[in-house]
Amino acid sequence: MEKLFNQLSATLLNNLRNGEHLKVTIGGENSQFVRFSQSKVRQSGLVDDASLSIVLINDNRTCSGSFTLTGNIENDKALAMTELNRLRDEVSTLPKDPFVVMPEDTGSSREEHNGSLLPSEDVVASLSPAMEGVDLAGIWASGRIFTGNANSAGQKHWFATDTYSLDYSLITPDERMVKGTFAGSNWNQSEYEKNMAKSIAKLRMMEKPGKKIEPGAYRTYIAPAGVADIVGMFSWGGVGEASIQQGDSSLCKMRQNDVKMSSCFTLSEDFTSGIVPRFNSNGELAPEKLDLILAGSLKNTLVSSRTAKEYGVQSNYAGEGESLRSPVLSPGDLNEDEVVQKIDKGIYLSNLHYLNWSDRPGGRITGMTRYACFWVENGEVVAPIENMRFDDSIYNFFGENLEAVTDKAHLHPAVETYDGRELGGVSCPGILLKSFELTL
Amino acid sequence: MSQLNLNDALSAIDIQADWVGLREVKESTTYRIIRDGNPQANSRDIDYGVMVEVLAEGQFGYYGCNNTNPANIQKAAEKALQQAKASAKNPIFEFTTEARPVTKGNFQSPFKQKVNDLSAGRLNEIMLKAYNQLKVNDQIVSAHAMAMIIETESNFVSSNGSDVQQSFLMVQSDYSAMANKGDIYQRRTDNHCLQIGMEEFDEDLVLARAQRVGEQALELLDAEDCPTDTTNLVLAPDQMMLQIHESVGHALEVDRILGDERNYAGWSFVREADFGKLQYGSKIMNITFDPTVDNQFACYGYDDGGLKAERDFIIKDGLLVKGLGGKESQLRSGLPGVANFRASSWNRAPIDRMANLNLEPGESTFDEIIAAVDHGVYMETNRSWSIDDYRNKFQFGCEYGKLIENGKLTKTVKNPNYRAISNPFWNSLKMLGNSDTFEVYGTPYCGKGEPNQAIRVGHASPVCLFENVEIFGGV
Repeated sequence: MEKLFNQLSATLLNNLRNGEHLKVTIGGENSQFVRFSQSKVRQSGLVDDASLSIVLINDNRTCSGSFTLTGNIENDKALAMTELNRLRDEVSTLPKDPFVVMPEDTGSSREEHNGSLLPSEDVVASLSPAMEGVDLAGIWASGRIFTGNANSAGQKHWFATDTYSLDYSLITPDERMVKGTFAGSNWNQSEYEKNMAKSIAKLRMMEKPGKKIEPGAYRTYIAPAGVADIVGMFSWGGVGEASIQQGDSSLCKMRQNDVKMSSCFTLSEDFTSGIVPRFNSNGELAPEKLDLILAGSLKNTLVSSRTAKEYGVQSNYAGEGESLRSPVLSPGDLNEDEVVQKIDKGIYLSNLHYLNWSDRPGGRITGMTRYACFWVENGEVVAPIENMRFDDSIYNFFGENLEAVTDKAHLHPAVETYDGRELGGVSCPGILLKSFELTL
Repeated sequence: MSQLNLNDALSAIDIQADWVGLREVKESTTYRIIRDGNPQANSRDIDYGVMVEVLAEGQFGYYGCNNTNPANIQKAAEKALQQAKASAKNPIFEFTTEARPVTKGNFQSPFKQKVNDLSAGRLNEIMLKAYNQLKVNDQIVSAHAMAMIIETESNFVSSNGSDVQQSFLMVQSDYSAMANKGDIYQRRTDNHCLQIGMEEFDEDLVLARAQRVGEQALELLDAEDCPTDTTNLVLAPDQMMLQIHESVGHALEVDRILGDERNYAGWSFVREADFGKLQYGSKIMNITFDPTVDNQFACYGYDDGGLKAERDFIIKDGLLVKGLGGKESQLRSGLPGVANFRASSWNRAPIDRMANLNLEPGESTFDEIIAAVDHGVYMETNRSWSIDDYRNKFQFGCEYGKLIENGKLTKTVKNPNYRAISNPFWNSLKMLGNSDTFEVYGTPYCGKGEPNQAIRVGHASPVCLFENVEIFGGV
């Protein structure tokens, strides 16, 4: 696909006229998906997908178009030129855009991570035996993901990687659940079998009689997978500079009133792991590491070049939507192995579910507890709890109620596949809270 | 649309399978957005490909391919066959061709004005005028006017003789204003998702909607917070849309009830044994699966398994009578279902989705409903939504509220929220608005499935009164 991309971008760039500027982006995947329910195959298939996106700028007016590539170079060249000509016809009819971001050459890059993946025809036979005897629902996704960018200023980027993931839930006969994810780039059958055996052992803990708890405030530990879900909320009305400027961010209070979170809380955008590309759709390279909230204080926001022009601030080459691409929540000093003792009396939440801002300016989030969640007493796990709704503010649970952060960060791989398989994930530790509000 | 002759492509496939189907989808999505007085997006994305599905040894295997030349379709069919055979080593169910009924027909969205009747430049002008209407004064700190136009052509042929052509024109119009005073931020929006033509962007209609949005955003700045109470709740149709979607629609998808979604969207409090027995809501609750409502967002003639789509009662007089299950779920569960086996595009396999799911109107006027309430709150327009994986415990927030005191709408309230549990909530439905209060809404972004799929759904409802609901305000 890299060769195809190079040929198509060269065709487009060589055909530009005076005054025209162009950005070209490719994205796609060659994937296998196998869906399991009751540890059996529900649906299985393969997907090849790739699209080319073109942004044309002329006389401070801009428009964009994308189309699905066929993989045949002559067909795709013709489609690309047809699209460029359509954009030419349209762009002159549009209003001027004072904040249009012109292409620049700030350096090119090329990264390709070749993995060792299971052949698609072997997947069912390789995965199924370790699931025997339990009820598993989940999705296997595997294959190559690629993205590239070129522009009329001469910049070029290419990123491709081979990855797999099995994201799954194990379910007891009385419907208690444990969540697991096994992901990587080089398949290892024995490591997979160990991962599944560990999850099955965890499921046995869920077979204890359950305990019903009432709504109220509880001393609470949220494990890294749950924290990853909360960190994800910072991408949606959180750390984006445009959302703050437009009054649509939960962090407006931090910017306008210098409200702080706990000194234990440090959130950064950190590309040093190399699992996601640093370049955005403009081809701009983000800094390798950018502190966003440092020891509870808002230090930086994610600023795209368009936002920078619109509001007169400095760009840090965030993506167009100014969402987190490689978030890292810094570990603290609470020994991960001592969490249950430190809770003493309260609740242990492994996962959260369906989060949403219930009052965005106030920083309040509602959602559900899910999967392996337990009542803890005298520093010991006593019983699984039924799922509860929570409704609490980030200024409470990342603020004065944040007692400690565990000493190990875990990577929670992105497994969503709406617009194709996602790259990267959230790296974060667990958090121990003095109080957390359960409402229903 | 056709970039290939689908029947010829099907005939050319040479594999040993019990059934082969080809579903070709071409979709063009255009955005025109003006934000804060300037163009934010003028984009058009075209997505095109073919889904090759194969049935062998009781299993379906698929290959969604962007390369649609005959040699690649043959290769895709061979690989899909390989997937089916591999699945047969550990299958959840043994399917036959009964899962893909033979059907022929076509569907066309209704519309008055074609897409080409409204140029890009003219639509930008209208959106700019809408923005100017939204920005009532400087307390509106950000506003946008958005037009989204989706043109879809979907063709389906199969080795057992199905041949379906469907052509859709779908439009989303969205007007939004954020108002600010000191620490108070309040957003007001107005969103339509319909199968309609460019008449949706009639300038007078657009400006009237934008003006109301801007004015009500400002009104919220001086409003009191919604009180905390357990009281009567009157919901407008643009909130009922979300209420139906989350606490009825998802709960009744048969693939969820069978457990397929347990790793992602979740399970359901409804079980197979509940059909025909569970009193889902009060006696005045009637829910229909209805792909035939004029202009509703998820109208279609046939689902992606080839089943003809028809209006049907899902809940009748409060009793659960039917599930939202397509042919595969019907075969697996033995439950009656509907034609809702749908895929988001050519690159995803179909699963059970909602389509249009509506609450049928009752007999009360809006004034009669308000007059029946001594004390309560009226809420419009969803802004926050969250529900558990069994579709039980929900918490929803709205943009705009009014107190109801002694049978009259009085003060405006901001940050109105409510929370409840689905089954008792629907059984607390006390009054239903008549057809004058019935409005049609939808969303392009119903997420579900593994691999994930975002699909379009439509929901229509009258104004509704619920009793004894927990309500509350902001921080």
